[in-house]
Amino acid sequence: MYAQMVKSEATQDDPEKLAAFQQKIDANIKVEPRDWMPEGYRKTLIRQIGQHAHSEIVGQLPEGNWITRAPTLERKMILLAKVQDEAGHGLYLYAAAETLGVSRDELTEMLLDGRMKYSSIFNYPTLNWADIGAVGWLVDGAAIMNQVPLQRTSYGPYSRAMIRICKEESFHQRQGYDIMMKMAQGTEAQKQMAQDALNRLWYPSLMMFGPSDAASVHSEQSMGWKIKINSNDELRQKFVDQTVPQAKYLGLTVPDDNLTWNEDKGGWDYTDPDWTEFFDVLKGNGPCNTERLEARNKAWDDGAWVRDGLLAHAEKKRAAKTAAE
Amino acid sequence: MSKEWPLWEIFIRGQHGLSHRHVGSLHAPDAEMAIKNARDVYTRRNEGVSIWVVEANNISASSPSDKGPLYEPSESKIYRHPTFFDIPDEIGHM
Amino acid sequence: MATSDKDMLVQFLLRMGDNSLILGHRVSEWCGHAPVLEEDIALANTALDLIGQTQFWLGYAAEVMDGDKTADDVAFLRDVWNFRNILLVELPNGDFGQTLMRQFLFDAYQSILLPRLSKSSDPRVAEIAEKASKECAYHVERSADTVVGLGDGTEESHARMQAALDRLWPYVGEMFASDDIDAAMAAAGIAPDPASLRSEYDALVGKVMAEATLTIPQSDFAHKGGRSGKTHTEHLGHLLTQMQWLQRAYPGASW
Ligand SMILES: [Fe+2]
Ligand SMILES: [Fe+2]
Ligand SMILES: [Fe+2]
Repeated sequence: MYAQMVKSEATQDDPEKLAAFQQKIDANIKVEPRDWMPEGYRKTLIRQIGQHAHSEIVGQLPEGNWITRAPTLERKMILLAKVQDEAGHGLYLYAAAETLGVSRDELTEMLLDGRMKYSSIFNYPTLNWADIGAVGWLVDGAAIMNQVPLQRTSYGPYSRAMIRICKEESFHQRQGYDIMMKMAQGTEAQKQMAQDALNRLWYPSLMMFGPSDAASVHSEQSMGWKIKINSNDELRQKFVDQTVPQAKYLGLTVPDDNLTWNEDKGGWDYTDPDWTEFFDVLKGNGPCNTERLEARNKAWDDGAWVRDGLLAHAEKKRAAKTAAE
Repeated sequence: MSKEWPLWEIFIRGQHGLSHRHVGSLHAPDAEMAIKNARDVYTRRNEGVSIWVVEANNISASSPSDKGPLYEPSESKIYRHPTFFDIPDEIGHM
Repeated sequence: MATSDKDMLVQFLLRMGDNSLILGHRVSEWCGHAPVLEEDIALANTALDLIGQTQFWLGYAAEVMDGDKTADDVAFLRDVWNFRNILLVELPNGDFGQTLMRQFLFDAYQSILLPRLSKSSDPRVAEIAEKASKECAYHVERSADTVVGLGDGTEESHARMQAALDRLWPYVGEMFASDDIDAAMAAAGIAPDPASLRSEYDALVGKVMAEATLTIPQSDFAHKGGRSGKTHTEHLGHLLTQMQWLQRAYPGASW
């Protein structure tokens, strides 16, 4: 997902406090910033929310790649508004993480020097216009699948950020599918673009949910704390079941020869993505890891004088005002 | 690392007659810019008629801002709303 | 409307629409790359407003030209020599300071022009300007604030803003260089003569630059040619190459 393989921190707190904390979570009472919380809960949340926030920000890049090439004025505005929303999502999530005692700048520095990760999906390129449709349809679609349940997460500020984000996400998926429909019903070349986009983005989208449950080491504690709601495989299955008919409607072929309807489980059997590729991407060896981090570092470094300049001016103004009083 | 812009808490009145509600936070060098940033960040879907900002570690003052051009523009950005896109019923909820 | 009047009106509408189209495109290039998230989001809003205005100006231009054309045809299927934007807006973004300086120099002009256009004798022009001028009132407030903040910020930000002003000032004069199209628009009560806006503009820009502790260059030399269509910078062709790529490569497709 946007937060993949989030490592849960062990907790060595007073067992009595821990039990009371767990009771509160089990009773669906939200944890708020000033409440007592286990150190492991706090650290895991910082990692998860931070990674989610980074994903929103880095996620601006593959889609932003097409803003200046959008084919109509309306598509340009829709895409720009969509990518801008992702910046907003990053902002809301950083703010939620900040309530846990870490600053946005600290989190940013950790992204920029590779100490923190972002979702593997954003290390794949957008190569033709249909990729913009496919990202909205598949990537935002997968994200929504994870984010809707997270609205009920135990940490208040995180839950509230997710509620705001989910409200905005449904436009994202719909604009993506809307592009796909146009392309799939368009010229031969447009159909080719649409199929090509689906071919390249299908498995990376499945990877977004993280490795299969059997291989997922950190899930149990996080699920107990309700900062992870569903298992990886559960969500992936749900995503496949939702997406296959949508692809069919478009007249596109999901690039999986083993895709078969399984009557017993009432869902599709599908081929797992190549997990070696997934771990390569996480290690920094995806097709665009280098470019993505370069772009974020450049924006941050080039922007330093702006952030400093505006702050210096604000401080001068404040000083002048104090002096006048 | 250079110094970070202060954190502000943002309160927005969504409709006339309602009270201001906390909508989130953001960073800004000063209150004036915080109001402008709040306008850009938190009223992208015409959610607001009035904005208050309070510096997070100094929760005290707020400055209601003038109406008018600050709140007009986003009304016309209909494409931000999911219903702008016609999605066929066959493909399920989206 | 006589043919020549119609042509004149089209030229005027292209000037308005191309300015917002090309500047909107430039500003959109920042998305995902701005110095801080709040600025990233704000710049996207500016670009969105400008491209939205483009739809109205070029949509109206398309109608007057020929009933079958759309704003998209006008935006995506003309070549450099048919664009009528001022040179200022097609210049590359440069650093954030140069982008914001350009934005303010343009917003200041629009903030004076648009309220007058909202009283145009042409009801369509008046209607478009009315909406655009509300958006512009916010743009100019924000860009002026940022120019002041950076001009009167640190030593480095001051130096960068002064460099931006020096770089861009020679492109300001073109906004006020009236020609026979402007004369025709003024005579018909459609738009004011831009030359008549100069003193108000100088007062506004002078006030903001003083607050920003920046010095307006002495020389009033002005690069020209964009508005009249006589010439553009080399930059516009590259911008159009990107912007128009899909429409040119796949003619007749619908998106
Ligand atoms: Fe998002
Ligand atoms: Fe997301
Ligand atoms: Fe999204």
